Amino acid sequence: MKKLLLILCALVPLFATAAGPSMQLDKANNDLSDKESLKNGFKTYVNYCLGCHQLGYQRYNRTFTDLGIDNADGVENYMYTGEKVGDHITNTMPKKEAASWFGTAPPDLTLEARLRSPDWIYTYLRSFYMDDSRPFGVNNKVFKDVGMPHVLQDLQGVSSLDEHGHMTPAMGGSLTTEEYDVVVRDLTNFLEYVGEPSKLERKSLGYKVLIFLFVFFIIAYFLKREYWKDIH
Amino acid sequence: MLANFMAWIDKRLPVTDAWNKHVAQYPAPKNFNFWYFFGSLAMLVLVNQILTGVWLTMSYEPSGDGAFASVEYIMRDVDYGWLLRYMHSTGASAFFVVVYLHMMRGLMYGSYQKPRELLWIFGMLIFLVLMAEAFMGYLLPWGNMSYWGAQVIISLFGAIPVIGDDLTLWIRGDYVISGATLNRFFALHVIAMPLVLVILVFLHILALHEVGSNNPEGTDVKQPKGSVKPEELSKFKFHKQYTDKYDIVDAIPFHPYYSVKDIMGVAGFLILFCWVMFFAPEGGGYFIEAPNFEPANGLKTPEHIAPVWYFGPFYTILRVVPDKLLGAIAMFGAIIVLFLLPWFDRGVVKSVKYRSKWHLFNLIQFAICFIILGVLGTLPATPVANLIGTIASFGYFGFFVALWFYSKNEKCKPVPTRISH
Repeated sequence: MKKLLLILCALVPLFATAAGPSMQLDKANNDLSDKESLKNGFKTYVNYCLGCHQLGYQRYNRTFTDLGIDNADGVENYMYTGEKVGDHITNTMPKKEAASWFGTAPPDLTLEARLRSPDWIYTYLRSFYMDDSRPFGVNNKVFKDVGMPHVLQDLQGVSSLDEHGHMTPAMGGSLTTEEYDVVVRDLTNFLEYVGEPSKLERKSLGYKVLIFLFVFFIIAYFLKREYWKDIH
Repeated sequence: MLANFMAWIDKRLPVTDAWNKHVAQYPAPKNFNFWYFFGSLAMLVLVNQILTGVWLTMSYEPSGDGAFASVEYIMRDVDYGWLLRYMHSTGASAFFVVVYLHMMRGLMYGSYQKPRELLWIFGMLIFLVLMAEAFMGYLLPWGNMSYWGAQVIISLFGAIPVIGDDLTLWIRGDYVISGATLNRFFALHVIAMPLVLVILVFLHILALHEVGSNNPEGTDVKQPKGSVKPEELSKFKFHKQYTDKYDIVDAIPFHPYYSVKDIMGVAGFLILFCWVMFFAPEGGGYFIEAPNFEPANGLKTPEHIAPVWYFGPFYTILRVVPDKLLGAIAMFGAIIVLFLLPWFDRGVVKSVKYRSKWHLFNLIQFAICFIILGVLGTLPATPVANLIGTIASFGYFGFFVALWFYSKNEKCKPVPTRISH
């Protein structure tokens, strides 16, 4: 019986159609050093995403520091439900009920950019289309039969999908396509930052360490040569 | 002052003598090449793993509820926690890189042959414990790939007839992989396995220094006492334990000659290591696999369960055998034949430089098959991959079988008695 269960588990991926790798992803081309972009992304996140998706491993004050937001400004503009600045970026959505509302509880997105890649997020948020067979009336080209509605519909509007898989705008939103892409790029940028807040520090330290090691290698090489000059 | 202090110590514990015996007056062949860096590099990585491991343990929480979050706590809230974590995760992969190269060196120059059989077996035990250590460590971040990778590997033991199911239950401590499994893997990963590993490394080095280092020529730097003309003797002072019994030729003291050379090796290695660690710590999804960025979930299988790359060769051998039990036997067999290598090889010439063309060919095909098996282990199983994997598995085992046959009466080139200038 247990073996049968294991075999069944192993077969699951064969039937799972969600987020198949076949879809060509668009390049996000986001820039982690662009603080304005990160702030815009953060703003979009707390306004549109945080209600359902926590960033449960990331703290507000760390984010403020890294993005160059001072605490008072942060509390005023990015925190809405009376948390403390040292708190994790969480919401109060009840997990159990959420699972019955959406089919599955909305996942924590702290590590989404590392799990799926920034390009995936960028493409996903621009790939919703009308589908009356779905509970929220929308489906997604990147994540088939996804449980969430098109939360950014006010901004993007909504597209329809023809039989060749091409999307054409059916109903305009408040932003042009170019403006919407910028909003999504900023949001993607923010999610990449949240995935690994120390990424820029890691790279900048990396250059210093490598420069040191190259110098060290040269010294070690000449030291070795000096010692070995009598060995034949 | 210092001399007095050392004299006081030496009267009670022969520290200076041990230093001379194993470091400053240890006769090392003078012709070590590139391949001889990997022993000292393996030690370096071991020290790195232990030190970073100790500090990670200070902030890690070994429980099903807390493990995943505590890793992110280390990545975000602990000062330089991200650096410690990446040093440890990159170090795990680096460990296998240097150990595989170290083993390949042994294969090339016949370093497992008489009288170094026990040395080789200690090395193989280190490899075995290292695999257990890495496997258990990989569960600790409690990501989804940690969970399902462990699920697949532990279920292998279920293939054993009669006791299989009870054995997997005993290993897991639960009917499924759970917090109980995580806790015991943590205990084994941070205490039991490292302790055994350090002891084995100690024995590996003691055994090495008892029989002496091999070298790319496969000649012996220890000649029978009195067989060498005084002017031919190595001009360096070696410990009397070696010189009392042997005439030492073509050797130099390990320190300072190889210590300065190994420092250069360390610098070169660290450039590569840091380059990966600082600029691609996920190792392209091979060192830290993407599904490990979501917490363990027994209801959600990753699309493609792949073991970490260093288990790839053995995982492929397991997978290409259609029967689960036979597959597990083949996989463990792949390691057992390595243990028995000193007895598969019936030749007397050590270095591939002086052995037959057959041996060179056999060695190259073995290395290629091993790499192919490793690559396939990280890819999904398709009929084509299985076919290639089957051929490569035959190549792997074929190395040992062929070696046993041709090594008996192998046509080798004459081996020089001395290391040339």
